[in-house]
Amino acid sequence: MTAKVVTITSGKGGVGKTTSVANIAVALASRGQRVVCIDGDIGLRNLDVVLGLENRIVYDLVDVIEGRCRLRQAMIRDKRLPELYLIPAAQTRDKTAVSPSDMIRLCDELRPDVDWILIDSPAGIERGFRNAIAPADRVLVITNPDVSAVRDADRVIGILDAEEKGPVSLIINRVNSDMVRRGEMLSVEDVLDLLAVHLIGIVPEDENVIVASNRGQPLSLDGKSRAGVAFQNIARRLMGEEVPFSELETPGLWQRLLGRRR
Amino acid sequence: MMKFLRRSKSAASAKERLQLVLIHDRTDLNATELEALKDDLIATISRHVAIDPLGVVIHIAQDGRSQRLVADIPLRSANQRRR
Ligand SMILES: Nc1ncnc2c1ncn2[C@@H]1O[C@H](COP(=O)(O)OP(=O)(O)O)[C@@H](O)[C@H]1O
Ligand SMILES: [Mg+2]
Repeated sequence: MTAKVVTITSGKGGVGKTTSVANIAVALASRGQRVVCIDGDIGLRNLDVVLGLENRIVYDLVDVIEGRCRLRQAMIRDKRLPELYLIPAAQTRDKTAVSPSDMIRLCDELRPDVDWILIDSPAGIERGFRNAIAPADRVLVITNPDVSAVRDADRVIGILDAEEKGPVSLIINRVNSDMVRRGEMLSVEDVLDLLAVHLIGIVPEDENVIVASNRGQPLSLDGKSRAGVAFQNIARRLMGEEVPFSELETPGLWQRLLGRRR
Repeated sequence: MMKFLRRSKSAASAKERLQLVLIHDRTDLNATELEALKDDLIATISRHVAIDPLGVVIHIAQDGRSQRLVADIPLRSANQRRR
């Protein structure tokens, strides 16, 4: 058994990478999968608070890489789910403390023992992004339906294609279906037309996301909220299940999706 | 009707603007450079065959994530040339 490494990245900051990693990880783990998430945002650690594990950090990613602890010692186990672990980012260092080959080595060490390694990438297209994508078997690019997020996503998809990290899959997060209906927000269909990339998830704008991160209780733990269901669907699609894009379907979406499968 | 209303809203203008921006981001060609390319193309082709320079149209077409440069170059007929 060897793990799949999935990196979630975006180009633009604040579009929902950390939220997605936390929720997809929880969704996979609650389906019995063994999951390790790695916070790749060195110096801007966040995944720990979103997962509610911030009080349990002793060692971090840079400690492992620099040999101050063993890999196992830096893996924080989530008590709510038997097989969910977090390797937190270092908070007092910068991205140059880690190299792409360090990340590849670390993931290779983890691979035999788990099913999934999810990497939370920092925003941008610099060193931290390079580190996060280096070990990836699969890259999910996340965007919001707004002009700057879509533009930055396109840039990142172009880089990933050029580096043969593709084909990438897209998550469209914070879709407000009411605004889409009024014609005041790019629809899923519009974004797919523009980016011409495989779609793996549509996540609605949902205030439960903020409530959940306030509490450090990822949404997909209960699974009743709309965003929680959307994240669970992404996890199921990663596992190879065919899950229809039902709830947030927009007119014409079906033809798009059928025409775009690669 | 719904479609018409929707198209006149801000999402439509976001999409249109993004379409142009993405072409330029992906190809590294802006409108001025495209114009210069067109002039060079006219000069080069004119050395081989008579064309109608005013009728030349070039644009960048999208095909999924790849772009192609499409040039439509009207040729002058042999009769016109002889005159
Ligand atoms: N679907 C959503 N609905 C509502 N708020 C969201 C949604 N996704 C993300 N957010 C909020 O947006 C902010 C940025 O999300 P985050 O995951 O930290 O982004 P990133 O890691 O890409 O910087 C957070 O406050 C988060 O709670
Ligand atoms: Mg983040």
